[in-house]
Amino acid sequence: MTKNNNLLAGELERLGISRRTFLKFCTSIGSVMALSPAQAAVMAEKLVTVKRQSVIWLSFQECTGCTESITRSHKPSLESLIFDFVSLDYHHTLQAASGHAAEQAREQAMHDNKGKYILIVDGSIPIKDDGVYSTIAGMTNLDMLQQVAKDAAAIVAVGSCATFGGLPKAAPNPTGAVSVADIIHDKPIINIPGCPPIPVVMTGVLAHVLTFGIPELDGMGRPKAFYGDSIHDRCYRRPYYDRGQFAKSFDDEGARKGWCLYELGCKGPVTHNACATIKWNNGTSFPIESGHGCIGCSEPDFWDAGGFYKALSTGTSNPGQWASAALAAGAAAGLASAYLNKSSKADAEKEHQPVTIEDMGGKS
Amino acid sequence: MNEIELLNWARGPGLAYATAIMFFGLTLRVIEILSLGRPEELAEVRDSGVRDGWMMILKRSLPEVKHWKYITASYIFHIGLLVVIFFFIPHTHLFRDVFGIFWGGWPNYIIDFFTVLSIAAMLYTLVARFYDPSRRILSKMSDYLAWLVTFLPLVTGYMAFHRLGFDYTTMLAVHILSVELLMIAIPVSKLTHVVTFTMARWYTGSNQGRRGVRS
Amino acid sequence: MSTSFQQGITVLKKVIDAPIAAYFSSCTSCGLCAQACIFYTETGNPKYTPIRRVEPMRRIWEQEFTLVGKAKKLLGLSKPVTEQDLRDTVELAFESCTTCGRCSMVCPAGNDIVYMIRRMREGLTAAGLAPKSLQAAAVRTIEKGSVMGFPLKTLESMIQAAEKETGIKINVDEPNVDYLLLLSSAEVMQFNEIIGALAQIFKEAGVTWTFSSEAYEAGNPGMHMGASEVEAQMINRIVKAAEQLHIKNVISPECGHAYMAIRWEGPNVIGRPYPFKVFHIIEVLDKLRAEGRLKTTGLEDERITFHDPCQAARRGGVNEPQRNLLNMVTSNFIEMEDNRSCNWCCGGGGGMNTIESAEPLVRKVFNRKKKQIDELDVTTVVTMCATCRNTLEEGIEENNMNVEVLGLTELLANHLLKEKKS
Repeated sequence: MTKNNNLLAGELERLGISRRTFLKFCTSIGSVMALSPAQAAVMAEKLVTVKRQSVIWLSFQECTGCTESITRSHKPSLESLIFDFVSLDYHHTLQAASGHAAEQAREQAMHDNKGKYILIVDGSIPIKDDGVYSTIAGMTNLDMLQQVAKDAAAIVAVGSCATFGGLPKAAPNPTGAVSVADIIHDKPIINIPGCPPIPVVMTGVLAHVLTFGIPELDGMGRPKAFYGDSIHDRCYRRPYYDRGQFAKSFDDEGARKGWCLYELGCKGPVTHNACATIKWNNGTSFPIESGHGCIGCSEPDFWDAGGFYKALSTGTSNPGQWASAALAAGAAAGLASAYLNKSSKADAEKEHQPVTIEDMGGKS
Repeated sequence: MNEIELLNWARGPGLAYATAIMFFGLTLRVIEILSLGRPEELAEVRDSGVRDGWMMILKRSLPEVKHWKYITASYIFHIGLLVVIFFFIPHTHLFRDVFGIFWGGWPNYIIDFFTVLSIAAMLYTLVARFYDPSRRILSKMSDYLAWLVTFLPLVTGYMAFHRLGFDYTTMLAVHILSVELLMIAIPVSKLTHVVTFTMARWYTGSNQGRRGVRS
Repeated sequence: MSTSFQQGITVLKKVIDAPIAAYFSSCTSCGLCAQACIFYTETGNPKYTPIRRVEPMRRIWEQEFTLVGKAKKLLGLSKPVTEQDLRDTVELAFESCTTCGRCSMVCPAGNDIVYMIRRMREGLTAAGLAPKSLQAAAVRTIEKGSVMGFPLKTLESMIQAAEKETGIKINVDEPNVDYLLLLSSAEVMQFNEIIGALAQIFKEAGVTWTFSSEAYEAGNPGMHMGASEVEAQMINRIVKAAEQLHIKNVISPECGHAYMAIRWEGPNVIGRPYPFKVFHIIEVLDKLRAEGRLKTTGLEDERITFHDPCQAARRGGVNEPQRNLLNMVTSNFIEMEDNRSCNWCCGGGGGMNTIESAEPLVRKVFNRKKKQIDELDVTTVVTMCATCRNTLEEGIEENNMNVEVLGLTELLANHLLKEKKS
């Protein structure tokens, strides 16, 4: 065991990764996060001194999709390296322990790394009816979150459920699902939304946190490096949008020619994520490239935004029905006004005194 | 409230309420007008005037060329506005949603062209309203406000499409909200003319037709 | 005295109908009406913008007949109409408007502004604010029998003179004839050659006709003021006479507003349809022409144009008969650039010629007519309204124009082919 066992440098040595390879990793992740070459070099220097970081991963009201996504790195990359390097002290799917032993491991890690561990959360937190709709070891998610967050250094909310409430929050929200930020207000929170998020986005943010600290975040707490652009602004089909060439149905000529999917409900213009540049499955493709419009899964309330196949310009509240109802109500009001008008005119008729020639100084 | 929540509100409850207010208000006003009745014509008419009434609705839209200085900007603005509202492809989807009928849109570069023309024409009419003596003496605050609520959707729509101003999500929300403002303003201002002009033209055409002055 | 400010408001409420509500709902303050109004184009003063003439009525419509307006009233956001507002409107509705109706032709919304101005006048009259000279004219018409105040005796002496000159017997109070002829005061006092002219034309055409001693005045100051009951009184006089004489066709003479009153407004103000038909004299002459009963000889070869009286042509619908007749007796008839229902007002109608204080304005706005005439380089302007004739003549004289004014009937009579012996 070398004295560097607890540092990443030691891990690199153990894995037999040469300095040259290591630098290549740093440059590639640097370019993904739009860091300058100089910063990539700094990253390399700092990374070797990174300590084994204690990470507690709490999974609440979720589908496990975020975990599935993060473990889908096929080629070794710096991010997967760092991910493997962290001390993942608690994770429902990946840990070996279960039952009381698992909870004990969690409590031990919290105690040993008090104030220094990173808390990762996926899944929404139900708060209705005192939070009974999701419990772990008899403890509600709400209580567990508050307990574990107390001594965490920072919180990373992974997936649209933890960041914005997610699918469980869809109307009528029977469990009272809310996001992490709705509950914890006194710790720095990084939001990595997506349903699920892109793998390298999750590991890349983690790498940044470990080396440089919390990255620059936008107004919704999302790292600008990955969520700064909209899908629309990076979409390869943009020229078709600009020219007004749209697919009108899923297998028509426009669809086969790869035209813009706006009319088929693509929410790309209002969705911020890295799908159009980094793509999925190690850069293979992303929904639009496969012929399906973006559903906006990294934005709040995408689940209640009126339907995935209705264009962004349509209303989500069934305005046609409101129009019909309003017409009927307007007719009723009109009849009321008509009644008032008629009686007003009848009064005027009654009050009217004809102007006669006598009024003008004459005699009939 | 963050920008996507603002957008979802504008597309959701905002649109619902604005649609309701506009339809409620216009229906109310039309019935109010009709409720006042039209006195029976007891003189011997040259024609029933019915056809002349309908024809007047179309005929009054034809420009009187000798007045070109006073009407050109208004024609450009009205035609441009109608083209942009009804033929921009994203808008055609909104109308399908509300009315259930669908018609093809026009290419974006045509819509863009008409938008710029309409904005320019509107700026001209604003200045003219201030400088033309007869318009100036007629104009009240309500006239300038009506101009503003009509101008904002054009300008915010243009800005949203071209990614000017705020970020797109916010700009789109602002655009939709400005349209909702216009919808609410229609039944309570001179903008009722968008519907009642047909009634005014019909009555006049019909009266004229009865007297033998054909439309 | 039954006129009062309150009665004015009551009448304005009474006359507002669906068309007027549609008009006020559709006005966008575009100002185009001003471009069609001679009082604006010839003075440049925007206060004459036509839609302004009915502003008090608009406020009453909004405040009384719309829920939104009522709500605004409750919130203190609307101005009630005051007596001063009505006083201020007298100048606009009576003293600078001939009700010519060109504003109604150009309004893009399709508003019939003159329809509204007529009703605004009704409100002002009920408030006791009708111009004194119009009221006096109405009194003369009822008490003396004619607008200018001459008695039946005056007309009788004109008739006798015409009989002597033409050798034709002219009927008064003759029942069961083809036509009852009415005349306007101006014709009797200034253009009375029309009596002899018509006698000759009708003789050649084989038409029987008569005057009525009870109803010989076609002019109707009641209509100018918007005093519906007084207007009805004047109309009923004619209706009674026609019924008593069993007349089936009444002739409205060369006058604009008389045609509007007896042909179009009459049945509506008396509340029942007529048992007879009404024609403008020019319509009658055109009918005779079409039936081959009006024969003329010779052609005027000088450059001649025609002025269409607003109430007869644009508002009354008599646009073609005058042209058919002119083409019979002229070889060089030139249309004004704006003709028929688009012609420009002479400036003297709608009661303006009766209101002395309005005279300078009437003279000023004649410039529009002057421009029309100057463009054509004509020797003669023909028309079919005595008020227009007077106004044109006075304008032409003041401007030292070398143009003659003729009545159409007179022109036809000059060319009448006389076959029947007196």
